[in-house]
Amino acid sequence: MGTATVKKIEQTAGEVHRTILKRQKPRLRFPLRSLSNVKYDPKRGHFEMRGRKKERTLTVSTVKTFAQTLRMMALSKELVAQDDIATKREAYYVSKNWGEARFLEQPESDAVMDDVEALFEVNREQIGFVPEEKGGEVSGKLSIIDRDSETRKPLRIDCTRFGSGAYSIPISVEHLKFQTEAAFILVIETAGMFQRLVKHKYWKTANCVLVSMGGVPTRACRRFIRRLADFKKIPVYVFVDGDPYGISNIYRTLKVGSGNAAHLNEYFCVPQARYLGVTPQDIVDYKLPTHPLKDVDIKRARDAIKNDPFFQHHRAWVDAVEHLLKMGVRAEQQALAKWGLNYVIDTYLPEKLKQPEKFLP
Amino acid sequence: MEKRGRAVKAAAQRRRPKPGAKRVKGKVVQMELFRSAAAAGAAAEAAAAPAGDAAPEAVAAPAPAAVKAPTVAARPGGKAAAGRRRETAESLGKRQREISVAEFFQKNRHLLGFDNPAKALLTATKEAVDNSLDASEEAGLLPEIEVAIEELAEDRFRLSVTDNGPGIVRGQIPRVFGKLLYGSKFHVLRQSRGQQGIGISAAGMYAQLTTGRPVRITSRTAAKKPAHFFEIQIDTAKNEPKVLTDREVEWDRDHGTRVEMDLAGTYKKGRRSVDDYVMQSALANPHATVRYRPPKGDEFHRERLTTGLPREPQAIRPHPYGVELGALIAMLRSTRGRTLKSALQSDFSRVSANVAEEICRAAGVNPEARPKSLDGRQVEALFRAIPKVKIMAPPAASIVPIGEALILEGLKRAVKADFYTSATRPPAVYRGNPFLVEAGLAYGGDLPAEELIDLWRFANRVPLQYQQSACAVTRAAITTDWRNYGLQQGKGALPIGPLVLFVNVASVWVPFTSESKEAVASYPEIIHELRLGLQEVGRRLGAFLRHRQRLAEAEKKRSYIESYIPHIGIALREILGLSEAEEQKVVKTLTETLEKSRTP
Repeated sequence: MGTATVKKIEQTAGEVHRTILKRQKPRLRFPLRSLSNVKYDPKRGHFEMRGRKKERTLTVSTVKTFAQTLRMMALSKELVAQDDIATKREAYYVSKNWGEARFLEQPESDAVMDDVEALFEVNREQIGFVPEEKGGEVSGKLSIIDRDSETRKPLRIDCTRFGSGAYSIPISVEHLKFQTEAAFILVIETAGMFQRLVKHKYWKTANCVLVSMGGVPTRACRRFIRRLADFKKIPVYVFVDGDPYGISNIYRTLKVGSGNAAHLNEYFCVPQARYLGVTPQDIVDYKLPTHPLKDVDIKRARDAIKNDPFFQHHRAWVDAVEHLLKMGVRAEQQALAKWGLNYVIDTYLPEKLKQPEKFLP
Repeated sequence: MEKRGRAVKAAAQRRRPKPGAKRVKGKVVQMELFRSAAAAGAAAEAAAAPAGDAAPEAVAAPAPAAVKAPTVAARPGGKAAAGRRRETAESLGKRQREISVAEFFQKNRHLLGFDNPAKALLTATKEAVDNSLDASEEAGLLPEIEVAIEELAEDRFRLSVTDNGPGIVRGQIPRVFGKLLYGSKFHVLRQSRGQQGIGISAAGMYAQLTTGRPVRITSRTAAKKPAHFFEIQIDTAKNEPKVLTDREVEWDRDHGTRVEMDLAGTYKKGRRSVDDYVMQSALANPHATVRYRPPKGDEFHRERLTTGLPREPQAIRPHPYGVELGALIAMLRSTRGRTLKSALQSDFSRVSANVAEEICRAAGVNPEARPKSLDGRQVEALFRAIPKVKIMAPPAASIVPIGEALILEGLKRAVKADFYTSATRPPAVYRGNPFLVEAGLAYGGDLPAEELIDLWRFANRVPLQYQQSACAVTRAAITTDWRNYGLQQGKGALPIGPLVLFVNVASVWVPFTSESKEAVASYPEIIHELRLGLQEVGRRLGAFLRHRQRLAEAEKKRSYIESYIPHIGIALREILGLSEAEEQKVVKTLTETLEKSRTP
């Protein structure tokens, strides 16, 4: 992988070099990173790029970004060649050595980094950059085979033995191997709900692996779930808040990937994921306490059924979102506590899991 | 100086206001009335005749002030009138009398620009300087004007204006300075600053009124002749000069005139100040040398920029398109032409034998008729026929522009700026009067960038300081879209920017909105020409600003190239392992490629 990336970087830089010597203006072609440039492929189960590209020609007005992109590529090559990593923040600080070409704020360097990532159609870990973000937590009937960073010997981690704690998903998960007899993976939005299920060893009762996403899942978290589910061919059930954010941001990103890094969705998605709850129908069936939808919620929900190719593809989802909009309310996972703190363990989840075919796609 | 007049236009004789004309017109006629009455010495008869149908209106204006006439003579059943003795035509008749024009203006001095102390000082200066410039030019002398203002006490100043003009013959001095509506320019249709014969006498009258001191005049007509010194007061009841002193004096000048008066006033700096007026006058009169000693602050001295006198404006006959019915009637009555056709030819400009016949034919009047024999209906038919006949524009030789080069030179002397331009429009015509617009501007430099622009208005080279918002020049400037030329501009406002805008309207007869001559009236033709002039200088400003913008962009481009291309070299060296020479080649080649490219 490392050498391939280095080759790609050298190839691109070589092309720029040759063009300059021909006294022409070099240009770089980037895939357009936005929801308008993705399509949903139900067979493959993830967002794919439509192939629209933006071209950046080196002119007086683009010379700064162009120089920054090339210097970022040089940094990347150095990282990969030396098998080192830099966080986004660190890369931003490295640029402070670049004189006039330095970044003034981190979002500028993040954008250039995303461009480089998309340019080579790799993920940023492959070009030596890692995110700050935490990857998610795991608990349950699962053993993970990692390797020791010094000795390179296999290292076995038993996810049932973290007590009241949990295993943290590392930033890179490609090298991990798994051993498990679990029947399914239950992916949970909030740390609070995860805590409750871990505390009562719900994984033991239900024979499953519990994963906490802590909001929108990171790439590493998505990749981890995907590899685990693929490896044992077990289903993935998702349990999030019954609101537009839980549905269209968290669940959608987990299942089919994001619009921003569509070139990577092939790896960073979990097409087998199914939506357990909280569904709009649950709000009715379980008489859940609710809050009114805010303007941003309404906008997000409308946007989902109007512009998001994933929701548009599934009639059931359009109906569900419209149902939610019609009620004008949202309900959190923890609203089930209204019926007793362990109602979720004793009643809600068992009832739901009896009919997995009814889960939303 | 010689006769300096002001006010009613030469053509007033011919161009009488129609019934229902505005009040301003009424006053105009009234002045004319008194002027001719006084000059002819035959009061009632002469006065009544030319006044015609406008007379009642004219008299109506001053009546309440001059004569305490009862408001209502007879009002049957009116309670107010019940206990009072009623006036009869006879009793009223006893009190009806002529009103002196001097008395009239003493009571209505705001009409002449003496309505507040600051303005009074400015107006008095302006009247004296206008006269000096006119007199010198008419005599073919390059003007040298000295203005001095001395503070005598708080709110009391001594103004003196000295010129090198032809001087005034001894016998005329008292009337020139001591009688309103006495002048040389009134009956001539020719471009000049003064028109009416009021200004300097009115200034003297104001001085006399506020300080009680007479106007002092020193004048000499030639080196071999003695200089005369006069002290003159105006008898306002009679509109006649009263000579207090008349003696010969030693004077260091071969010819010229000096006027000195003490008057109440306020001296200030900034806009609408005497300082501004003098500076702008110098700007509009590049052939004049101007010295000015203000009561405080630095002396102003501007040598003339050219030794060429402005071409002498020719007097012209009126153009038929501008004539009014009353004026036409008077003209036909007094013409020397024996037939209607020859009368039209000789009394109007641009009327050939053919044109005269055409007018007569269109009016259905016999061209061979005796002019004096035409009845009212026929004259009116003639009047209505004039617009239907195509007549050449009046001769432009009667107006004299300052000239683009001298405006430019003057602006450079007056304002420190980055860009100057000026434009003189070809002559045009409003209501039969030829006129011409000149525009100039100075941009940038030390001028304030965040304020409304400074608009300097001139009429026949005289700076207009007051009533900016009532002026056609302002209207034209506001309705021009300066955003096209790179300035900011609010709706219905002057643009904002570091700009001085110079506009001169030259004409044989500049239409002012009032006798104090502070604002040019908004005739559509004048507005149109003004806008064309402003657009012309505006376009050049726009071109300059765009050019400057391009230079700034090119500079930015250069600095961008210099800052960032080396980083492309570094990055390629790092990735591809280039040698230092190869890296330098990348930088050099790419720099050349980008500098050649035109796209930013």
